[in-house]
Amino acid sequence: MTYQFDFSAVLQYWPLLLQGAETTLIMSFWSTVAGFAMGVVCAIARSSGTPVIRRVVGGYVEIIRNTPLIIQSYFLIFGLASVGLKMSIMAGAILALVINITAYTCEIVRAGIESVPRSQREAGECLGLSPLQVYWHVILSPALERVYPALTSQFVLLMLVTSLLSAVGTEDLFGISGNIQAMTFRNFEVFIVLWVMYLIMSALVRAMFALASRILFVRKRKLGTLL
Amino acid sequence: MTEIVRLKNVHKWFGDNHVLKGVDLSVKKGEIVAIIGQSGSGKSTALRCMDHLEIINEGEISVCGHTFGAGISSSDLKSLRLDVGIVFQSYNLFPHLTVEQNITLAPRSVRKMPKQQARQIALDVLTQVGLADKLAFYPEQLSGGQQQRVAIARSLAMDPKLMLFDEVTSALDPQLTGEVLRVIEKLAAGGMTMVLVTHEMAFAMKLAHRIIFMFEGKIHEQGTADILRNPKTPELQQFVSNGL
Amino acid sequence: MNNDQILYLLQGAWGTVELSVLTFVFSAALGLAIALMRVSASQTLRGCAFGYINLIQGTPLLVIMGVCFYGPSILGFTETSPMFAAVLALTVHAAAFLGEIWRGCIESVPKNQWEAAECLGLNRIQRMFKVILPQALRIATPPTVGFMVQIVKNTSFASLVIGFAELSYNAKILNNSTFKPFLYFGVAAALYFVICYPLSWVSLKLERKLTVARDQG
Repeated sequence: MTYQFDFSAVLQYWPLLLQGAETTLIMSFWSTVAGFAMGVVCAIARSSGTPVIRRVVGGYVEIIRNTPLIIQSYFLIFGLASVGLKMSIMAGAILALVINITAYTCEIVRAGIESVPRSQREAGECLGLSPLQVYWHVILSPALERVYPALTSQFVLLMLVTSLLSAVGTEDLFGISGNIQAMTFRNFEVFIVLWVMYLIMSALVRAMFALASRILFVRKRKLGTLL
Repeated sequence: MTEIVRLKNVHKWFGDNHVLKGVDLSVKKGEIVAIIGQSGSGKSTALRCMDHLEIINEGEISVCGHTFGAGISSSDLKSLRLDVGIVFQSYNLFPHLTVEQNITLAPRSVRKMPKQQARQIALDVLTQVGLADKLAFYPEQLSGGQQQRVAIARSLAMDPKLMLFDEVTSALDPQLTGEVLRVIEKLAAGGMTMVLVTHEMAFAMKLAHRIIFMFEGKIHEQGTADILRNPKTPELQQFVSNGL
Repeated sequence: MNNDQILYLLQGAWGTVELSVLTFVFSAALGLAIALMRVSASQTLRGCAFGYINLIQGTPLLVIMGVCFYGPSILGFTETSPMFAAVLALTVHAAAFLGEIWRGCIESVPKNQWEAAECLGLNRIQRMFKVILPQALRIATPPTVGFMVQIVKNTSFASLVIGFAELSYNAKILNNSTFKPFLYFGVAAALYFVICYPLSWVSLKLERKLTVARDQG
């Protein structure tokens, strides 16, 4: 039995595909920004907080890292709906993604923070800098530079995993591809097209992170060395 | 003469290890004091206590008019750190910042100085240590001796009343030690009150008004450079002969 | 929650375990091959492995599952069992990551070990299998055990596109009929946690032991 590939049937829906890709990128962008900010806060809380705070944040991180994203999303989105808290599908999806990515970002940034030698912190304190100033100027900058590759991989993965949220009804690239499959019955071709599109998007996201690193890390750009 | 540093019956334990066993110490304004002794004698710990880098278990410390024991109020701690400059064995320059940024960070963030004024101060202190042309360099581009001189300049930029030096030449190659010692000599000539923990005996004898020999957590002998030429106690005699 | 429902969830958990174990066995074999290709002397082999890794790591797992589920029928296979498609997709995906992890571990064996083996007259294959891999194995154990957690979590993807009856799928089915999301998904989460957390814990302990040994060595 020979199969007749027919990509044109799928590609004629390119406006729909682009719309889905745009939704994916928007979801990824907001999840990344919020997840990064919250992740840094959690990392600082886990490194320098009181024992109670450390245990609470630690517990949260372990629960997230040892359960799958889909169960977290179902639990959150259907759970909140069951107690009457209605929010848009997009808001719910981004919330689930943020709660998930914050835990992973926390661990990555925490490793970076702990890689800054204690003597650096001492030098900052002895110059009269407040604890917050020490964190900002002395600890976070080199920490983030060191873990930047890990963070990049993490956020590229986030963009890919937005596809999972189609299970709760988002109209991202993966979500609308279901509609196209229903309309064309060309499931295999649809998945190949998705593959190519996601590859392009992940290359784009990586390139953007690389560009950002050249702007943010002046010393690295000038000297080319690792911290 | 005003007393800049006073340690009264200071005790410090690290776990079960009794590192400082009742240290009484005083340093007057303009005085240069060198603390010498073997590793483990407690000399670095005593120095670090002066800037509240180590928290004492018993006793009282007075530095630049700030008195504290085991606890210290945060406003007192802040003023203490403004009055005291400390230079470490491993320089502790911030690797991700240029020399200029290393020096202007504290004046701008703590003293809230405007950028131009801070830059001028950076230039002044770097000239003092002989590195005015290294403003835009990063620490990794400098030699150990240059980095240590930048570290000294960084502390000086905050206009301290007291300078503490914690074995600042121990991590340097012998050829680079001289340039750092010369900078410290210049500072001394300018009347700065200084306490140095050091292994450089000849330098201590040349520069210090008073030398303190610590042994097993207590001050064992102190006096002018003479104590190294004619040590009274057997422990100091042993220490001096080991050094030769 | 009545006994039937609990049983249904436990059956799902068993499906999760089945998928995880099968995936780990096959992806370990494929991953080792990828890792060895990445460090081989041949530029072609290195390039192929590099291409494979980037191709897989830049694709969502759901897309790989779709290709593995609908692909075989194109090649003439009339029926693709969900189990087959799921294990295939999970294996292909995990092998790319394991290959990268293990490449890193092989490369972190000190260079002088290679030199010593070469000077003793061992050929390239002997050097790899008798000297380097045994040492790389030790270094690789903590991150590999850690990645097993990832494999277990990834099995949940099979509940979508493929519709394999593992834990997430069964939990969703229960919730579709009687809407009690906190209960069903909460219990499912707890079951996943019971499977994953011990692996995470072991991975952390192994890593601590390895770091201590390295610092003392």
